[in-house]
Amino acid sequence: MAVKTLKIDDIDVAIEAGATLLQAAQEAGVPIPKLCAMKGISSIGACRLCLVEVEGINKLLPACVTEVAEGMVVHTQTPKLQEYRRMTVELIFAEGNHVCSICVANGNCELQDVAIEVGMDHSRFTYRFPDRGVDLSHPSFGIDHNRCILCTRCVRVCDEVEGAHVWDVANRGAACYIVSGLNQPWGEVSACTSCGKCVDACPTGAIFRKGETTGEKQRDRDKFAFLSTAREKREWTR
Amino acid sequence: MSKTVVIDPVTRIEGHAKISVFLNDAGDVDKAQFHVVEYRGFEKFCEGRPFTEMAGITARICGICPVSHLICSAKTGDKILAVKIPVAADKLRRLMNLGQITQSHALSFFHLSSPDFLLGWDSDPAKRNVFGLIAADPDLARAGIRLRQFGQQIIEILGGRKIHAAWTVPGGVRSPLSEDGRAWIVERLPESFETIRKALDIFKGLIAGPMKEEVNVFGEFPSLFMSLVSKTGEWEHYDGVLRFTDSQGNIVADHLSEDDYQDFLGEAVEDWSYLKFPYYKPLGYPDGIYRVGPLARLNTCDRIGTPAADQELQEFRSYAGGVPTSSFLYHYARLVEILACLEKIQILMDDPDIVSSRVRAEAGVNTLEGIGVSEAPRGTLFHHYQVDEYGLIKKVNLIIATGHNNLAMNKTVTQIAQHYIHGEEIPEGFLNRVEAGIRCYDPCLSCSTHAIGQMPLHIQLMKPDGTLAKEVYRH
Repeated sequence: MAVKTLKIDDIDVAIEAGATLLQAAQEAGVPIPKLCAMKGISSIGACRLCLVEVEGINKLLPACVTEVAEGMVVHTQTPKLQEYRRMTVELIFAEGNHVCSICVANGNCELQDVAIEVGMDHSRFTYRFPDRGVDLSHPSFGIDHNRCILCTRCVRVCDEVEGAHVWDVANRGAACYIVSGLNQPWGEVSACTSCGKCVDACPTGAIFRKGETTGEKQRDRDKFAFLSTAREKREWTR
Repeated sequence: MSKTVVIDPVTRIEGHAKISVFLNDAGDVDKAQFHVVEYRGFEKFCEGRPFTEMAGITARICGICPVSHLICSAKTGDKILAVKIPVAADKLRRLMNLGQITQSHALSFFHLSSPDFLLGWDSDPAKRNVFGLIAADPDLARAGIRLRQFGQQIIEILGGRKIHAAWTVPGGVRSPLSEDGRAWIVERLPESFETIRKALDIFKGLIAGPMKEEVNVFGEFPSLFMSLVSKTGEWEHYDGVLRFTDSQGNIVADHLSEDDYQDFLGEAVEDWSYLKFPYYKPLGYPDGIYRVGPLARLNTCDRIGTPAADQELQEFRSYAGGVPTSSFLYHYARLVEILACLEKIQILMDDPDIVSSRVRAEAGVNTLEGIGVSEAPRGTLFHHYQVDEYGLIKKVNLIIATGHNNLAMNKTVTQIAQHYIHGEEIPEGFLNRVEAGIRCYDPCLSCSTHAIGQMPLHIQLMKPDGTLAKEVYRH
């Protein structure tokens, strides 16, 4: 197996060719914030939180979809990156309606964790307060579009792991939103197997179990890495 | 020439308000108005939310009595689920509400109102607060603060946090009481009993002598009283039926259900306040004036149901020589209720159900409308939700304890102003008495208008032609 060697924040890393910078950073124990990337599903570089600087390249690269190369020198915590990451999180908060105090995911939310990690104490951007809806038509689960950050983990996990492809993204730009089926109420989508993987994949409180109240959402974040290993390597240990 | 005095903001209450005192040509008080000047609009922005979130959302109306909203909202949610909640959940909710009433009443008495009684109406306003009390009587202040802590700690033991513990849910509660929690409560009960005994002795001494005048002037008028009572007529704070009594102690209406509240409660609107004016419908507006809260609960019930509190209730009634109708006696009633709460907490501590792990019934949306009721520290609280077939809120109506007392609060400030204010020169101590008339009700204006803010005071003195003669601000 070919191995690439590189430096991440002055730490020497050796990792198999084809790995991503995010995987290499994890290998080296260097934390990089992320919201759309998740073990067990494909990466798409949507949230832009894992941007890093690579010496000799004049633009910022998303670590989750950038392959390692021999001799790369990577910086993950420059003042410029810290400023951009904070700005990105502020934009996510300003874009939706994120009210932690009454959210099912309060205290167990990746967006909340990232906001703390990047040191966001307020948003410099004006909140948009978009008019978004809640779909409780599914017998077991609900989706609250107010809390959706369009990471598309639900779309990918349903397609790639469960194979049901219930979710998709409709519209463009600021009008984007997640749809079930052909933009039907979730409860009417016959493809849904009610497996609940989207609930576990959702980083915020956007997709939840019905009846959950403030701060009650629990999720199994390692389920997808387990399923992926089980399928590919025939190993069922966690 | 007639004038209006404005007290803005009203201090040491929860929320934001002002008082206008209208003087006539002779310089005497014509009338006084209590304006609630804040607005938040919870009823509107809850629309579209899942009903299961309502307890968490409505609790955020207030930091003093979030438990009241948690309980009332969960009870409304029970009705939408159409479930009977587990016995343990019922008792645990009661325990939290008893802790809530204890802490809120202790806050009202020791932190907000006792500086007036113990330091004097006319004492230096800069020291007439809980810090002045700590300087003057550190033992009493500490005991009062610890009594409030006892109630708050019960809330935290059950819900994981003192404020906004979203622990009551439609169908029951989230978690049972731990053995450690029970042990802590049992250990702290004797000290709490001692403190409330001391406070009762102090207050009874005051109204027997130095504060007799206040009893006659601070909202002494006939009115109806409304509260929950148990089906057998006992003092109640969580469930039961609604009862109206009058100033002679007659039962005007009994065994009323919260489901029919629109049949017997009307809500009038005045253009000078954001707080609506509820009234007893059969008597019309404003004749249907009624009071809720501690005074009303002690007046409507036949008995409290615990020995020490029942003895105090008897003494309370004999002090007034019948039905106590002075709003100044709200303070007295609050202390009797703390004693009742402590006794009821003690009874619950010996109940084996209290540590049961069966605490939550689960169900889907089974009815599209629910009305919940409970007794908040300040009085009867109603939540009314309409939901769609999936449980999304279509309409919300919240009738808050402080709102019920709106007519009575206005009558009280008028009575006090008429007694103490003559002419344009108004000593600060007199204004303080006008404010204290409001404090008798321990109003929570944040809740009652579902509104934001603090409670500074603004008094305006208005001339007969409507122009401002003088104003006094206090922040």
